[in-house]
Amino acid sequence: VSLRDLCETRRRPILTGEAPAFDTGGMDAFAAGIAELVGVVDAVNATDSPAAHAHASNVSVAIALRQLGVEPILQVVCRDKNRIALQADVVGAALHGVENVCCLTGDDVTAGDEPESRRVFDLDGPQLVAVVDGLAQGRYLSGRKLDPPPRLFVGAVENASAPPLDHRAERAAKKVAAGARFLQLQICFHPDRLETFVRELERLDVTSRAAVLPTIVLASGAKALTFMDRKVAGIDVPAATVARVTEASDDREAAYQLALEQARHALALPGVAGIHLTDFRHDGSVARLAADLGLDNDKETAPHAHRASLSI
Amino acid sequence: MKPVALIEHAVKGPVFGCRMCGQCVLHDTGMTCPMTCPKTLRNGPCGGVREDGGCEVVPEMECVWLKAERRSRTLPLLPSSWRAHFGTLRPPVDNRLQGDSSWVNFVRGKDRATPDGWLPGERA
Repeated sequence: VSLRDLCETRRRPILTGEAPAFDTGGMDAFAAGIAELVGVVDAVNATDSPAAHAHASNVSVAIALRQLGVEPILQVVCRDKNRIALQADVVGAALHGVENVCCLTGDDVTAGDEPESRRVFDLDGPQLVAVVDGLAQGRYLSGRKLDPPPRLFVGAVENASAPPLDHRAERAAKKVAAGARFLQLQICFHPDRLETFVRELERLDVTSRAAVLPTIVLASGAKALTFMDRKVAGIDVPAATVARVTEASDDREAAYQLALEQARHALALPGVAGIHLTDFRHDGSVARLAADLGLDNDKETAPHAHRASLSI
Repeated sequence: MKPVALIEHAVKGPVFGCRMCGQCVLHDTGMTCPMTCPKTLRNGPCGGVREDGGCEVVPEMECVWLKAERRSRTLPLLPSSWRAHFGTLRPPVDNRLQGDSSWVNFVRGKDRATPDGWLPGERA
């Protein structure tokens, strides 16, 4: 079942994952890196130099995922490329059967290991959504026709937990009005903020038009939570949450239990269509979480070796 | 810079930190220039706003969009139509207009011209 189909029918909760940032070692190493996700999640994000660190490109990873029989979600950020390059990437990826495109503004260059880089931001996140939706309608931003139109399914992100809290739902609604059909939310450690945000999306009639997928992070322990709180702009981890994990006898297990609790909470909110998982544990936790949530059945994903031979 | 642009910059530079994008949207954004956002975002705050309201890129500076959102609600004498425009999807910047006077571009309609393919939300 495709992500598009699941977002449109909502026949069951959606589970998306994220390919670990990949550099070298070839396709075998890449396949090993995503093995934990295969058959567990419905689609996998191909990130675009996350946290402003260069890695194998979003387009190349999305194509590699397709070759392994996994449905990719091409993440596209506005930081590194102008509107010509961004459109070329999306249309080029579509040539290889990449359909899902998730549009982000992107971390700033200063978040990465090459902070002296030129930042681009020729488009911003909402504009990118509208431009990619235009591609799906059969036109470049210039108006030049795309015939036939590429098959694209457009999404975006929003941070329910960053100021100005009262404006976040409106901003998400703006992206949905521009064409986003799914919303992968930023990691949120404030359940109350997520609740308020989703309730507001319901009120704005956004949740029926776009599948809302809060992100749940599978962190490896207390240190990881502290790191996110201090180093990742836009993510705040309440002191009580850090303390709860830090003071546990097994902080690794406590971090898992926190994620499980957050996932249950998110999935119980009316208007939430599924969750997006970011896994930093790489110890089978994705499958464990899916099982604990009862989302491990009814996945029609074929073993990847078989599907790979079909798509290459 | 042409004479009108010089005057515009002299007025708007000190008050708004105007970057002379040539397509002014101050009236939509609580009289807060979005081009002073380090990412030059035209459509609201990115996801990197810090818990204390600080900018992702310049933590000691308040997020430009946080300020814009607040001022679009609270600034006195702002026409209600301007307040209502805060959430509008603003088109990509026309980089050719950089350095122009937005006043002249406004009169000539150049600040509102968008590419033919900019039809946000329209279905074929």
